[in-house]
Amino acid sequence: MHPFALYSTVSGYATSVDNFFFALTLLSIIIAGLVFVLIAYFSVRYREGSPHSGGRRPGLELEITWTAATFFLFLFIFWWAASSELQALHAPTNTLDIHVVAKQWMWKIEQPNGIREINEIHAPIDTPVRLIMTSQDVIHSMFLPALRIKQDVLPDRYTYLWFTAKKAGVYHLLCTQFCGTEHSRMTGRIVLMTPQDYAHWTSTQQPAQSLASQGEGLFRSLGCSGCHGPNSSVHAPDLAGVYGHAVQLSDGRTVTADDAYIRDSILLPRKDIVAGYAPVMPSFEHIVSEDQIVRLIAYIKSLSSDRVLNAKGERK
Amino acid sequence: MTDITLDRLPHVEAASLSYLTEGHTLGSWLLTTDHKRIGVLYALTITFFFFIAGAAISVVRLELVHPHGLFITDEEYNRLFTLHGVIMVWFFLVPSIPTTFGNFLLPLMIGAKDVAFPRLNLMSWYIFVAAGLVTLYALIAGGVDTGWTFYTPLSTFYANGNVIAAAAGVFIAGFSSIATGINFIATTHMLRAPGMTWTRLPLFVWAIYATSVVMVLATPVLAMSLLLIVAERWLGMPIFDPANGGDPLLFQHMFWFYSHPAVYIMILPAMGVASEVLACFARRRVFGYVAMIISLMTIAVIGFMVWGHHMFVAGQSPYANLIFSFLSFIVAVPSAIKVFNWTATLYKGSITLKAPLLYVMSFIGLFTIGGLTGLFLASVPLDIHLHATYFVVAHFHFIMVGGTVSAFFAALHFWWPKITGRMYPDAWARIGAMTTFLGFMVTFLPQFVMGYDGMPRRYHVYPEQFQPYHVISTIGAVILAVAYTLPLFYLTWSLRYGKIAGDNPWHATGLEWKTSSPPPKENFEHTPVVTEEAYFYELEGVEDNGS
Amino acid sequence: MTDASALIREPWEDFARQKEGVSFGFWIFIASEVMFFGGLFFAFAVDRYLHTQAFRIGLQHTDLTYGTINTALLMSSSFFMTAVVRGAPAGLRRTTVFGLAVCAALGVGFLITKGIEYHDDISKGLIPGAGFPLRPDATQLFFGFYWIMTGVHAIHLFVGICLVLLIETLIVLRRLPLQSPTIEIIGLYWHFVDIIWMILFPILYLLGRWP
Repeated sequence: MHPFALYSTVSGYATSVDNFFFALTLLSIIIAGLVFVLIAYFSVRYREGSPHSGGRRPGLELEITWTAATFFLFLFIFWWAASSELQALHAPTNTLDIHVVAKQWMWKIEQPNGIREINEIHAPIDTPVRLIMTSQDVIHSMFLPALRIKQDVLPDRYTYLWFTAKKAGVYHLLCTQFCGTEHSRMTGRIVLMTPQDYAHWTSTQQPAQSLASQGEGLFRSLGCSGCHGPNSSVHAPDLAGVYGHAVQLSDGRTVTADDAYIRDSILLPRKDIVAGYAPVMPSFEHIVSEDQIVRLIAYIKSLSSDRVLNAKGERK
Repeated sequence: MTDITLDRLPHVEAASLSYLTEGHTLGSWLLTTDHKRIGVLYALTITFFFFIAGAAISVVRLELVHPHGLFITDEEYNRLFTLHGVIMVWFFLVPSIPTTFGNFLLPLMIGAKDVAFPRLNLMSWYIFVAAGLVTLYALIAGGVDTGWTFYTPLSTFYANGNVIAAAAGVFIAGFSSIATGINFIATTHMLRAPGMTWTRLPLFVWAIYATSVVMVLATPVLAMSLLLIVAERWLGMPIFDPANGGDPLLFQHMFWFYSHPAVYIMILPAMGVASEVLACFARRRVFGYVAMIISLMTIAVIGFMVWGHHMFVAGQSPYANLIFSFLSFIVAVPSAIKVFNWTATLYKGSITLKAPLLYVMSFIGLFTIGGLTGLFLASVPLDIHLHATYFVVAHFHFIMVGGTVSAFFAALHFWWPKITGRMYPDAWARIGAMTTFLGFMVTFLPQFVMGYDGMPRRYHVYPEQFQPYHVISTIGAVILAVAYTLPLFYLTWSLRYGKIAGDNPWHATGLEWKTSSPPPKENFEHTPVVTEEAYFYELEGVEDNGS
Repeated sequence: MTDASALIREPWEDFARQKEGVSFGFWIFIASEVMFFGGLFFAFAVDRYLHTQAFRIGLQHTDLTYGTINTALLMSSSFFMTAVVRGAPAGLRRTTVFGLAVCAALGVGFLITKGIEYHDDISKGLIPGAGFPLRPDATQLFFGFYWIMTGVHAIHLFVGICLVLLIETLIVLRRLPLQSPTIEIIGLYWHFVDIIWMILFPILYLLGRWP
């Protein structure tokens, strides 16, 4: 495992964070140093009995000057920080999505090809990677210090982290939201590899069944295809190509069918009803587990329009 | 009416009749309504809690010397740091300066006989003691391992231990805070002596006033947050439970809406102390008196608007993050102004480096470092990395310990002669001040580095790379423990053998120095009439119309 | 009429100033209570926004009859408390004694009605947890708020009734003069508890009941 480095080159983002950090450190040393030096100097020069004691001191103009200077300096620092944050705000498209389910006190990782890991994430460099995370119990937090990123992981919600790493290596993965007795043992590794090594690693892992194909099995065994399948007599929304696209809802809103939307549709089907459909879908709360939801979503994601046929076998 | 420009008021021999000697029975202390005695009662109580929480963290620091732990279990470790946080925050820091020096000095400084509601004052102490006992019981007899922040759903559904009792204890303590705040606000508004206008008030009074406003308005929100946790855990009422549509983030919003202003409750009185001590030992008025008042009030107000900076990675909207980040930078400006003004107070002064001043210099230096690291944490990209690491731990300890505790010791050493009538040996006190500064730096500076390196907080066992930092930090903690214990010895010694202080051993301005040391029960023989501004020290010549 | 100077307490030197001070101090206390309930109302507002439909369904299952009776009882009690607060400093002993008694009685009436309503709610199974009769699940959230809000309000009212009875007793025994500042602040407290109910009643019984 690589030891911690005070300057990270593991990703471009990490480097920009470090540059900002060191600039701010330098500024802080200057300001703190100024204060320390002045206090020390005044204590000596204006010691009791010194001939320099007493006399006029500057007035309002000094007060205003340093207030304005401080204000504008802080505004500048804020601007630097904010622009860095805004740049990192939106995940790129075409990310490699890795699912994370946190529970007391371990990390369960599911690669898109169905490979499961415990407390370890294998990921390729030079590829936008997105972690889709949820918790089975309390709030945890995924911290990847080498990449300078962190995000709390909440129950009943998805939260996301994304990165594009550029340096292979093995780095720490730590839980940073106090989650109970073994919080400090809920640690692991992130293994960053070249895309070729990652592909090689993937092919040597069992099982070969991808998340999506496991999801297809669930889709049938849980009865989803009974209504959403092409041969169904029930009027239910067609799921082909729905992932990532806009959906018109019965209350007039339009939402994007992302992971959270699909999860809610499974667990809280009355929440967002698709326009033109009756609210007859039963809820699968307490029936499906988080792991199963991950597979169902993977399956639905894999459904592009040209793969689904209607009842007559014609392409829709 | 007596003019306060006289050096001393005619009075009876100090040692014979004072608030300390009127009434020797235990009952006369436990049923007192004298704000000075209540201040002493609070001082004894918070000192007791300080050493309990200090003992807990001493065990923690010893345990952290080895990356795999040495002699306690995960569960015990978690309970110890929770105990440390809960007791230090609510039973030491929040009450510290206000209930001890605020109680003792506020009426004296404004020329009043007591606070507005003396019986309420006594009741606030009893509530505080009751709360402390309930909380101690909860933390020790059963243990609570949620951290002082009680995040849900851990605290409501998954934590074993006495969460309900601990929450109840803190809830009760809140009433003590609110009662004290009400008392101080009413006192400042309504009991000032003739001539003591708002702009002649010592800055310590302004600081206590600002603190009291925050105490009254913020504490109830904490009370409600804790009540909701208890309702959820004990009565099964779902408020934060996501299974029923609740939101665990709502708890965080409510909790931090109090807990951020709470840190201003901890620092504002300390700032007031710094101003008093600096003016006295520089023999000059505080630079920028009006700017200092505006800063105090601005910090108090804007302090209510920044709570979301504790939640940058919690799952809050990124736009909310930006707003909270911006406001956090804004709230740092008045604090910076104060640091400049304190430094400028020394300019062209006539400085004697007595112990109170050394403690205040320690305060300014450590508060400045702590405040600057706050800028790091206010920046969202940096906070994403630094949140929940030792960087944050170092930041808030620089402010709360380096800041507030240093100022508390400064106040203790400045007003000890007034409170007890005795002087302590200054040499020992100065050794204590310097040892505190040294011990503090050794304990907490390494924590900035290891936090940046990725060492998470609240970790019992940790990756081996961090061991050197932890060892240094523990050595510093040992030095700090010595530095904090030292005053217990020479201050206690001084009660019996210390030099008699006289009314005004520091030749300070301020109405509290115009009466005997210790003061009589009714504070002043005759109600003072105020004709001068605060800090009219001898170096303020007629031609000086600067600050 | 009792001599007002007997009422002066340390450190006050002037009775009128003391009365003003007590009143001022109590207003500050009211400010803290506003923040206390405010936190609760804020949480309610956020959750209502997030689960409007469920909260509407939940509200339809609170009992409007009991709620209306209670509103009438509290509003009337405030009328009598106003009479007390005006009458006492003017020396109207009978008005004060009668007013306080009616106030307490109406307050007790409120608590009894609430108790009956709670009993009904429990027999309908409206306690969040397993076996909760309503759907969707967020209606449990509504009822979580219902129980907590009305419970905290009832506790405040109970404290108010105790204080009213205490003052009533002291006045009747002539141990508390009518000029005492305590009477005004008990009036402030009572009105405050009434105002809280004025907010609770619409948000727990009215908002969204009728489509």
